[in-house]
Amino acid sequence: MKEKFVTGVSVTAAGAVPVVATRLDPRDYVGILRARLGIRRDSYRIEPGLYAVGSPDERSEILVTSNYKLTFDTVRANIGGLDVWLLVLDTGGINVWCAAGKGTFGTEELVRRIQLASLDKLVKHRRLILPQLGASGVAAHLVKRRSGFTVLYGPVRASDIRAFIGARYRADSLMRRVRFGFADRVKLIPVDFVSGARYVFGAAALFFIAAGISREGFSIQHALESFFPSAVNVLAAYCAGIVVTPMALPYIPVRSFASKGILAGLALTVGLLPFHTLGGTAISVIAWFLFIPGLASFVAMNFTGSSTYTSLSGVKKEMRIALPVQLAFAGIAFILIIADRLF
Amino acid sequence: MQRLVYLKNVVTLTLKEDKCNGCGMCLKVCPHEVFGMSGHKAFIIDKDYCMECGACALNCPQDAILVRAGVGCAAALIQGALTGTEPACGCSSRKASCS
Repeated sequence: MKEKFVTGVSVTAAGAVPVVATRLDPRDYVGILRARLGIRRDSYRIEPGLYAVGSPDERSEILVTSNYKLTFDTVRANIGGLDVWLLVLDTGGINVWCAAGKGTFGTEELVRRIQLASLDKLVKHRRLILPQLGASGVAAHLVKRRSGFTVLYGPVRASDIRAFIGARYRADSLMRRVRFGFADRVKLIPVDFVSGARYVFGAAALFFIAAGISREGFSIQHALESFFPSAVNVLAAYCAGIVVTPMALPYIPVRSFASKGILAGLALTVGLLPFHTLGGTAISVIAWFLFIPGLASFVAMNFTGSSTYTSLSGVKKEMRIALPVQLAFAGIAFILIIADRLF
Repeated sequence: MQRLVYLKNVVTLTLKEDKCNGCGMCLKVCPHEVFGMSGHKAFIIDKDYCMECGACALNCPQDAILVRAGVGCAAALIQGALTGTEPACGCSSRKASCS
């Protein structure tokens, strides 16, 4: 075990167990920043298996988590001073909630890891503390039947683990609720911004071609000279969907994300009026008043996957209505822009 | 605390109260406080709070809860429609959703 967070080894009846630090070092913070920016986030994982925190013994609690390093770091940074075992499941480097949804943080993997780590030899009790959000992948009663271990669902957030154990495994309703506050939403923006960039490049490419079209035909020279305002508009549409909508989420007074995106897009389009990027003709202005809200709506709709409260049934319903509208807005806008240049 | 609520009357969650044995597991696993307990029987406080994560149904030892669980993610639905597969959270690829 060469991992930097391992500070020693605990020799137990179940074999040698690596002891991990509960204070993050600068490298870990760089890793957190990188993961939040979406840089090599897929391979940000640690070796699954059993770890020790502090000096645990046969009476110590066993906490279960995933092998996404960001998750692992959050857990260990929040349990400094406790003496506990940490059982890390192989979720393929995915956080607990998403992995539970896929079933990789699941009954099967948990039972397998209990056996691989010989937990029955490690401790005298038969309790495991799981993060509450693991529950959509784990059936507690089946784990009990197959392994003899009782699953206790702990709090949603690692910062409440200490209080949960202190309160004899009781979580109050605040510990059990998933939040989606301003900071939670803002944290997601960089990754979403980077991973959705293909929409910007796609739309920008189309408008670059459009910018080169005139009554004399197509010219790259012409495109380069007149593309800048379109690029600003496309970027504004993207930001309306992926920055403004997440930030203003609870304050945009409609429920569907597609509608939230349309309103944010409209607001930004109005905001662009004084900057003369919408073009000099009525047709061009109308075109951008369709395109910007349309793209913003599509991008905002994709934020449903990042949110913590949208249901599959609801997303299906809003997409059925919104997708055709978004496509129509974008299509009509593009035709108007071309027509404006030709006639 | 402020609560974000999604669309009305779309969720597939149902609870058969006659099967319920009052173990309270659904109250523990639900991330949105959808369930309450009254006289050793669970009940649904407000269905519109539900995000169909499926944790309650999976952890109900009495099979008293039914919900069509899945990811409420437009990108996953588009991906699923394009590839002809079940919509799944694409967190293992570069999908932003699942941080």
